[in-house]
Amino acid sequence: MVALTDPAPGARRAAAPPSRLARARRLHLWLALLMIAVALTSLTVGATGVQLWDVARSLARGEELSRMERVVLFDIRLPRLVLGLAVGAALAVSGAVMQGLFRNPLADPGIVGVSAGAGLGAILAIVLGGLLPPALLGLAGGHLVPLAAFLGGWASTLLLYRVATRRGHTSVATMLLAGIALAALAGAVSGVLVYMADDNQLRDLTFWGLGSLAGASWGKLAAALPIMLIAIAGAGLIGRGLNALALGEATAAHIGIPVQRMKRLAILCVAGATGAAVAVSGGIGFVGIVVPHLLRLGSGPDHRALLINSALLGAALLVVADMISRVVVAPAELPIGIVTAVLGAPVFLWILLRQRGVVDL
Amino acid sequence: MRRRAFHTLALSTAATLVLGGLGAAVLPAEAARGEADTLSIGGSVTEIVYALGQEHRLLARDTTSTYPPEAEALPDVGYMRALSPEGVLSVGPDLILSEEGAGPPETLEVLEEAQIPFITVPGGLDAEGVAAKIRAVGAALGVPEKAEALAAEVTAEIAAASARAQGAAGAPKRVLFVLSAQGGRLMGAGENTGAAAIIALAGGVNALEGVEGYKPLSDEAATAAAPDVILMMDREGDHAASAEELFSLPALAVTPAAETGALIKMDGLKLLGFGPRTGAAVAELSAMLYGD
Repeated sequence: MVALTDPAPGARRAAAPPSRLARARRLHLWLALLMIAVALTSLTVGATGVQLWDVARSLARGEELSRMERVVLFDIRLPRLVLGLAVGAALAVSGAVMQGLFRNPLADPGIVGVSAGAGLGAILAIVLGGLLPPALLGLAGGHLVPLAAFLGGWASTLLLYRVATRRGHTSVATMLLAGIALAALAGAVSGVLVYMADDNQLRDLTFWGLGSLAGASWGKLAAALPIMLIAIAGAGLIGRGLNALALGEATAAHIGIPVQRMKRLAILCVAGATGAAVAVSGGIGFVGIVVPHLLRLGSGPDHRALLINSALLGAALLVVADMISRVVVAPAELPIGIVTAVLGAPVFLWILLRQRGVVDL
Repeated sequence: MRRRAFHTLALSTAATLVLGGLGAAVLPAEAARGEADTLSIGGSVTEIVYALGQEHRLLARDTTSTYPPEAEALPDVGYMRALSPEGVLSVGPDLILSEEGAGPPETLEVLEEAQIPFITVPGGLDAEGVAAKIRAVGAALGVPEKAEALAAEVTAEIAAASARAQGAAGAPKRVLFVLSAQGGRLMGAGENTGAAAIIALAGGVNALEGVEGYKPLSDEAATAAAPDVILMMDREGDHAASAEELFSLPALAVTPAAETGALIKMDGLKLLGFGPRTGAAVAELSAMLYGD
């Protein structure tokens, strides 16, 4: 993997040629432009014929928008776009942080147990949600599944962190292994619930697992967006620390990086970002793995630039995937997890083929 | 080399954008739609619309609406529990008729915001349930007399079939509905399923007692259920379940059904849809169980 074999460029004071970091930083601008272009396109593409420029023109002329235009643009496409940008950025940044923290190219947010826990939470809510007392159901206000998924993700991350931490030191290897065990356990409990589920619930489970941004609403955004934004911003703070960590934990500590505090922050951010993203959009795969890898290949492993670039490219990529999912089988739509896997898997293979012989994974 | 990676990325993104734009451009513009103003969601609801002769009102359907075959020519807005708000709006319905259980709730919220009348058709797994469904669809489409006539017809059909079954000689037959027999593992219908309801209407006894819903069966449970008849859905291209193969499964080999080779296959939506064809389905099933 590139990040391992390159001499960690950001470690302390620029061991890397400054040109490389500068180039990675220039990429910020291009990726931001790409993201904006994609976002505007996304607002104007959809199953209905509502076009952004028509709406802009009517607004400029001071005309009233039709109810259709208003609903499609402001209640459907706009919340969906914002959700897509946030979820894409959250997943990609989480992936980059995890790969840096675990110094493992295969790490993705699933490793800290967020995905397994969130999945279990969602399944619990779908299958057993009806058994809750009505007062509690009313409190959740129809958002029981995302709520349960978020709590499930947090609970499992907290559990893993406890298991892997001893005397103030968190062992990432223990966390990785415990994560596998926890995922197996969650899988077994999910299996029992699947057995209990009726036909409708089974269908719901399947669709939840494939992911979708179709449920975007301002209400959901109000709950999930702040968490994702704070977590993404928090992850942006640890770029230098992750660079140092590439040299090994002991070395990082010697050059003055508060390793334990950084680990805690990283895990917290990933749990927040991924937990919220999975809760509102279900299981969307491959963004967390492909985006950081693609960027390392393009502009090197310096996390200070990588984290920001991951956020921008992840956001753009997910919005593109969402556009495809909305258009290809309109008026129906394809679950977005299918689209990200179809786009992501070949790219990932292509990366592996290119790296073959250069580095040995 | 690295730059090239980025050029490829940029190119593929550009291509995606162009494709997306094209997709938007070639999507069907609002065609001449005549009287069509209704989106029908749920196989049985669509069937009822056709049975009432109101198919000219239909704009679009969901994935579960596959009968009559003409219905499949209508645009498909997706699976009824995973509807996309913009997809539904894009077919421009002035009325949405839906079986119970359409969703997700977020989509329904947006449709409410768009002020499109959304009528949930009540249902139930018996004659009254079917009649109520038909009346609700008829009322929504403004043809209550036709609906009343159809409801009476279907109710009478079901009652006649049930009565004939009850009058048949001998003990009521024990029927095991097998949803699938993939890889020799049986998925059977327990209580509170459409299959159990239709078996009861046709004068049979659901062989699988004490189990809720569709569940995988152990070999012993299937043997203990001791069915006189196996009931299955007739799927096109179903190579898996010939009578011979089915009755050679250890789970079924020593059941009364295997001795007589009693296997009944029926169209799935007709058998389990609880729509206008339910009367015919009950009659057909009871005729096969007890003779005419």
